[in-house]
Amino acid sequence: MNKSVFFGALTVAGLAAGAAAASTLDDVKARGKLNCGVTTGLVGFAAPNANGEWEGFDVAVCRAVAAAIFADPNAVEFIPTTGKTRFTALASGEIDFLARNTTWTFSRDVDLKFDFIGVNYYDGQGFMVPKALGVSSAKDLDGATVCIQTGTTTELNLADFFRANNISYEPVPIETNAEGQQQYLAGACDTYTTDASGLAATRATFETPGDHIILPEIISKEPLGPLVRHGDNDWGDLTRWVLYALIAAEELGVTSANVEEMATNTTNPEVARLLGAEGTLGEMLGLDAAWAKNAIASQGNYGEIFAKNIGEETPIGLARGLNAQWTDGGLMYAPPFR
Amino acid sequence: MSDTHAASVPYVRETMLPQVEPPSTATGPVKWVHQSLFSSIPYTILTLVALYVIFVILSGLLPWLLGGVWNTGNIRECREVLDGAQGGCFSVLTERWNQLLFGIAYPQDGYWRPTLAFILLFVAAAPVLFGAVPRQLLIVTVLYPFLAFWLIWGGSLLVPLAALFSFAIGYVVYSSLVKSSFAGGLFAGIVVGVVVWFVAGFITSNLTNVLALEEVASRNMGGFMLNMILGVICVSLSLPLGIVLALGRQSNLPIIRLICVVFIEFIRGVPLITLLFVANVVLAYFLPPGTNFDLILRVIIMITMFASAYIAEVIRGGLAALPRGQYEAADSLGLDYAQAMRLIILPQALKISIPGIVNVAVGLFKDTTLVSIISMFDLVGMIRGPILASTDWNGVYWELWGFAALLFFVVCYGISQYSQWLERQLQTDHH
Repeated sequence: MNKSVFFGALTVAGLAAGAAAASTLDDVKARGKLNCGVTTGLVGFAAPNANGEWEGFDVAVCRAVAAAIFADPNAVEFIPTTGKTRFTALASGEIDFLARNTTWTFSRDVDLKFDFIGVNYYDGQGFMVPKALGVSSAKDLDGATVCIQTGTTTELNLADFFRANNISYEPVPIETNAEGQQQYLAGACDTYTTDASGLAATRATFETPGDHIILPEIISKEPLGPLVRHGDNDWGDLTRWVLYALIAAEELGVTSANVEEMATNTTNPEVARLLGAEGTLGEMLGLDAAWAKNAIASQGNYGEIFAKNIGEETPIGLARGLNAQWTDGGLMYAPPFR
Repeated sequence: MSDTHAASVPYVRETMLPQVEPPSTATGPVKWVHQSLFSSIPYTILTLVALYVIFVILSGLLPWLLGGVWNTGNIRECREVLDGAQGGCFSVLTERWNQLLFGIAYPQDGYWRPTLAFILLFVAAAPVLFGAVPRQLLIVTVLYPFLAFWLIWGGSLLVPLAALFSFAIGYVVYSSLVKSSFAGGLFAGIVVGVVVWFVAGFITSNLTNVLALEEVASRNMGGFMLNMILGVICVSLSLPLGIVLALGRQSNLPIIRLICVVFIEFIRGVPLITLLFVANVVLAYFLPPGTNFDLILRVIIMITMFASAYIAEVIRGGLAALPRGQYEAADSLGLDYAQAMRLIILPQALKISIPGIVNVAVGLFKDTTLVSIISMFDLVGMIRGPILASTDWNGVYWELWGFAALLFFVVCYGISQYSQWLERQLQTDHH
């Protein structure tokens, strides 16, 4: 609590200083690069490949924003942040945009003075246990040792869940997902808790995934989304509508393969507005008319990004679930482009 | 002589017996085995237990090491190739060696630059570390920091040349004034040097393409290279700073003493990780927005401050160990403070302090891995973050950590061996 008040106060100080500066979009354009905060590494969401190029689900959002501004998905400086350094990096202006599987919560939005621009992945916290432990419900975990990443909402959810069920636990604090995985496999803790997507990704890398089960309880809502600083609504709008453009593109059937063709000879007026063939949406954002077309052409629509990085064809193998389009029973819903 | 006792003794040997080999139980391997391994029952038991432990370790380690897989594209392929057999997935090292050594973002066609800087480091360090090396090589040592900066960070050669030039001017001013006053010379030298550097900065900022290598931003440094950069710079900066602080703490001037005591005690009372967080997080708030105060520079300042406080205390121990007579002898020779320290006190005090200084240096080198916590991709950060988080290599631990441990061990063991050699070289007592 003290910590968040302290950081909150610092944030206000930082903002007061930052308010005098030019708009974020002007800064980014002058720099020629988007400074995008990502995680130091989370399977499927953000990690550099063997050539040092960042790849992943969150990375694709950064690249889409860069493509919308510069028509170049590589005009991004990726700045790795940990759970502890991410908010100060954003508040201090070191990064323009944070896409780091960050949970949208009240206090982060209001007290820390950030704007979440949407949700790119709906997640929830779960537990993984070895089958040999013989546990079938998270409520049986009384007295268990729990590996938990510090400085995250999962830590707070865990405390809430155990308190609400009047059972006790012993936390084993860890710093990164990789460390948690290692500790869990080494038997340093009975159960590992983090977002269910992370658990699935982690379990997929085990030598014997079948020996571990993910318990049915999902103890929290974890809407993960990118965020920007308070105070520059134009920048917030721009990033928000890039994300929505990706989501809307899937709903409208625009893919990276057919975007060029759709841009010229579509009959759907909404697609025409989205891709800049009609209307002045790009101009309103301070971008050129092809902003959404460039974003979609470089990264694909939301469904393509999902399938390429974390979908069922990848080793991580996540189902769409809550993250399907609203037309398919999921929660992905972009407001109209009009 | 032999006649004298001829009647009283029955037999006198008249020729020397030929030399005989000692019995096999009292020499060679048998004796060694008997004496060192099986000399008594408790020792025998200890030996057998130790042999068993070694056997258990090797029987696990060797198949893993020798049966390792070196050329697969990801952990799943590797497990398929191994097919349940014991063996390490060393292919992670063959695929990601460049990231482990140079970080993710260093330009791949520029790897020769830090490598060359690393090799030149030995040339530059040799005349400082070994007395037998020709003194002319010291010129390389003086040029090395500027050359290494140019090689690793790139940009125009004029930038480090300007720094070298202002450094030289400052030195000329210092050496022309040092005869009359040491402090005055030092102060004037620093001021003139800074002014020249500032002026030269304006000139070089317009000539960015002269003799330029591709520029590499600080945040793109990573891997073991980052550990080496931090280790080498911080150790070599903290040593002189530590000496100054140690002398300052013993000074007769109360204000200087107070400053040094407060600095040392404050820095020693704060964990290094706190200082690193200050460098990364808190400073960002106090600097005006948009200032790009290099993160590596911030970290170097913090680690150097940390290490110099420790080295200062080690050297103070060396100073305190010198007999009072040495100080008095220097005074009675009519030497002033700077001369006495330079010629009499410090050579002896530093010699006493060598083991402590090396201890701090080794610890400092290993502490450079703490920067991984403030999301810099040093060797440890590289493994913890990007490599273990890639879909390809998530789950490969022993191979990566073993490699990291090997690199650190080689460097730290080298430093330790050097210091022991140096202690033997400097030994002046007789026994």
